[in-house]
Amino acid sequence: MPRLSAKLHYQVSFILNGSVVAGEAEPRLLLTDFLRHVVGATGTHVGCEHGVCGACTVQINGRPARACLTLAVQVQGADIKTVEGLAPASDRLSVLQESFREHHALQCGFCTSGILMSLDSLFREKPDATEAEIRETLAGHLCRCTGYAPIMKAAMAAQKTLRTGVEGPANA
Amino acid sequence: MKPAAFDYVRAESAAEALEVLHAEGAGARVLAGGQSLLPMLNMRLARPAVLVDIMAVAEWRSVEDDGSHLRIGAAVRQMEIEQRADLARRQPLLAAVLPWIGHAQTRSRGTVCGSVAHADPSAELPLVLVALDGRVHLRSRRKARQMPASEFFTGMMATVRADDEIIEAVSLPAAKPGTGYAFREVARRHGDFAIIACAAVVDQNGARLAVGGVADRPMALDLPVPGSPELPDALNQFAWDLDARDDLHATARYRRELVRRIGREVIEEAQRCRA
Repeated sequence: MPRLSAKLHYQVSFILNGSVVAGEAEPRLLLTDFLRHVVGATGTHVGCEHGVCGACTVQINGRPARACLTLAVQVQGADIKTVEGLAPASDRLSVLQESFREHHALQCGFCTSGILMSLDSLFREKPDATEAEIRETLAGHLCRCTGYAPIMKAAMAAQKTLRTGVEGPANA
Repeated sequence: MKPAAFDYVRAESAAEALEVLHAEGAGARVLAGGQSLLPMLNMRLARPAVLVDIMAVAEWRSVEDDGSHLRIGAAVRQMEIEQRADLARRQPLLAAVLPWIGHAQTRSRGTVCGSVAHADPSAELPLVLVALDGRVHLRSRRKARQMPASEFFTGMMATVRADDEIIEAVSLPAAKPGTGYAFREVARRHGDFAIIACAAVVDQNGARLAVGGVADRPMALDLPVPGSPELPDALNQFAWDLDARDDLHATARYRRELVRRIGREVIEEAQRCRA
């Protein structure tokens, strides 16, 4: 592969929530900034920018990952899902999102999109995840206002709905 | 916090990656999972001229198990190891530490060799490598060499790796019959850096205890087996030899106490696991 120069912009494209997106990026551009400033998908939030807070968590090829610890040029051709890809329709929330609303699992909402992306991945990989596994997943996210108790409640309620299928095969 | 500008090469072969490292020397940094390097770039603690992304190098993507050793290539992610169904049987100590490394959201990207290269004194993988007496395999365009992990780490985030070298793999012994393994970590919260991490390997000949988070690198000591009257004194001496320092998270005195207590507990646990 030719060397990408620090001084130039390059075309980067990947699949975002099922559709191909493309834009220009310098090698140093973080995926967070590519999503927010180039693509205009501002659902992914930027907190600490060193991988600690979890606000920027997205799914890269199905696995939760920190967008702030990923360069846009690294995800050329990847399959990326962000919070914008959770709701089945513009007027309908996913089971997980609905459960967060129901259980007051968000207050300021800054950490929420990252948490949703981690839980969405967890429940897809491990539909029967234990309470301890859910807690461990949440340990990768800092919430400083809502508190984790309602978030746990919402996660467990969503898991129950997803397993019993009351809501049909909606994506979590 | 944004990285300073750098060139970027996505190497498609080992030879191509080594060529860039050879040509650029200290100006180049290897980018694998990026879970330690990207924070350093974002905070501008590192300002490399060029990043060499090795994740597309096929020859570094494999895990080899020859029966006696596991050899983990440079581009193997922590999550890929964690999800091996036979890992707890092949090397229980490695299986025990993986969930403690950062979070699932970072293990999905971070690599095993990258953590070893970063050489954080409280990191779990360097500790395991030292505890098991594993080896680090280095390669440059000039030559390949390998050494025991205890000779690889030289201090806080410092290793013997030369600027043109890459860790192409680490290897560690598979579980041996009659040997017990145990691990414990003390941290403020799961996923935080360890205040202390202890790994013990016990067999019929004795016990080996490795401690991370206290000295400037993971340190190991061969000790008498549990039940031996010399063990408490040997642990106490080890605790002092590690030259613990006060920091924001714990005092040196607290760390020494943890070495004595958690050290004894992991040795006893490894002893029980032998059965």
